[in-house]
Amino acid sequence: MRRSRLAAYTAPKKEIGRPVYLAVSALVAVSLFGLWSLLAYGGFVRPVFLPTPAEVLRAGIDGIRDGSLFVNTAFSVGEILAGFILASILAIPLGILMGSFKIIEAAIEPVTNFVRYLPVSALIPLLILWLGIGIEEKIAVIFIGTLFQQIILIADVSRSVSSDLLDVSYTLGANRRAVVTQVLVPATLPGVFDTLRVTLGWAWTYLVVAELVAANKGLGYFILSSMRGLFTDRIFLGIMMIGLLGLATDQLFKALRARLLPWAANA
Amino acid sequence: MAKLRIEDVTLRFAPRGGKPVWALDRISLDVADQEFAVIVGPSGCGKSSLLRLVAGLLEPTAGLITLDGSAITGPGRDRGMVFQSYTLFPWLNVRENIEFGLKIAGLPASERARIARHFISEVGLDGFETVYPRHLSGGMMQRVALARALANDPAILLMDEPFGALDSQTRSLMQELLLTVWEHAHKTVLFITHDIDEAILLGDRVHVMTARPGRIKERIEIGIGRPRSVDVLTSADFIAIKRRIMALIYEEAVRAME
Repeated sequence: MRRSRLAAYTAPKKEIGRPVYLAVSALVAVSLFGLWSLLAYGGFVRPVFLPTPAEVLRAGIDGIRDGSLFVNTAFSVGEILAGFILASILAIPLGILMGSFKIIEAAIEPVTNFVRYLPVSALIPLLILWLGIGIEEKIAVIFIGTLFQQIILIADVSRSVSSDLLDVSYTLGANRRAVVTQVLVPATLPGVFDTLRVTLGWAWTYLVVAELVAANKGLGYFILSSMRGLFTDRIFLGIMMIGLLGLATDQLFKALRARLLPWAANA
Repeated sequence: MAKLRIEDVTLRFAPRGGKPVWALDRISLDVADQEFAVIVGPSGCGKSSLLRLVAGLLEPTAGLITLDGSAITGPGRDRGMVFQSYTLFPWLNVRENIEFGLKIAGLPASERARIARHFISEVGLDGFETVYPRHLSGGMMQRVALARALANDPAILLMDEPFGALDSQTRSLMQELLLTVWEHAHKTVLFITHDIDEAILLGDRVHVMTARPGRIKERIEIGIGRPRSVDVLTSADFIAIKRRIMALIYEEAVRAME
């Protein structure tokens, strides 16, 4: 006898068909949108708290027309990229070395672990004092917020490279330098990629927090200034923009990983 | 003169925070040129450590190991090794994995390709040249690892339970493949295993080790004619030798438990 469909869909860790998968995803997304529409159009929630989808769309069109959406988005993206790239340039080599060389671990692990448990938001007042509320401060917040997390995560990636892989390289004639550059580094690449993908998401959080505390440009500022005028539709627009950018960068990272590291299994 | 000579080698580990472990106790062992030598012993007897000493990946506490008369001071391409764990470079395809050592040695691309082609067909992987390791089965990965070690043309091939992680059917096929490749390549081999059948099937001589601290308990000449196939596993000679080795290992296993 054929097992029922219900049984097939409720078995743990079993594959389901692609159409079913997409249908379920779409159903949930549409339902959430429907719930929002119902609450907003049905008058269940006061408009000042919950804008209708049409209002958010209109706010988006206005934002594009007057340029405010583009300017603030571009500003936030620029800050993120600067802070994130600077942190990554430092964190990738330091993390790889820290995970595989005890002497480097001894040098930087205690400091890293100390800073890592300081929420970067606690440093924002100090950074404002030092750097003001401009782009330098935002870049510093993202840099500090991501750097130490990246170091710890990449060190773990480096640590988990099998020592047999390094040993076999020595028996094939590689010297220490070749083992590091031609074996250890490539072996860490998939894990490094995944770390970057995850920490870029965190970088958004730090940036928005920093912009909510003090800023005169950026998506966080856009949201905060909209709140002061009770423009809930613009608040929604700002939040959605951040969500969409996050989704886009995540997909970009996935595509890039599949393209650059075709030999690695998917994360 | 022996190809590989292990003289009075002792190995003690001092793990951080733990009490020192006496892994090997004054081991002496000779391997002749083109001999297939097997070391068999109970688990934890230090046989893998002994192989790592020969590879130069570990340093003995006392004693001397020489290959072709010169002392071993560190790892080198004259001692190719195949590990039990899968050690292919995941970012290199089959051909590139086999060429790794040749590239390090600075061989020109055409020469590397010629050698790789030869060993790919020796281990029966024609058509898999551009496949990445994650698409290979365990047996295929170990065949590539064998080809990669042989491509360097080492003076001795060190094998550390290379088929230990494979299912029994694949293991039998790999043992036969190794015998064929070995007969073609005329290599000296030092092979570690805890599988007695495997030891007798492959070896010219089997060295039985004691429980820790490891010593050589007995050397057994395997007089079974070559070429051998898995058919010898049921021959009377084979069973007589097996009974003898089993008794020796059993004694040691019991001793290790006490």
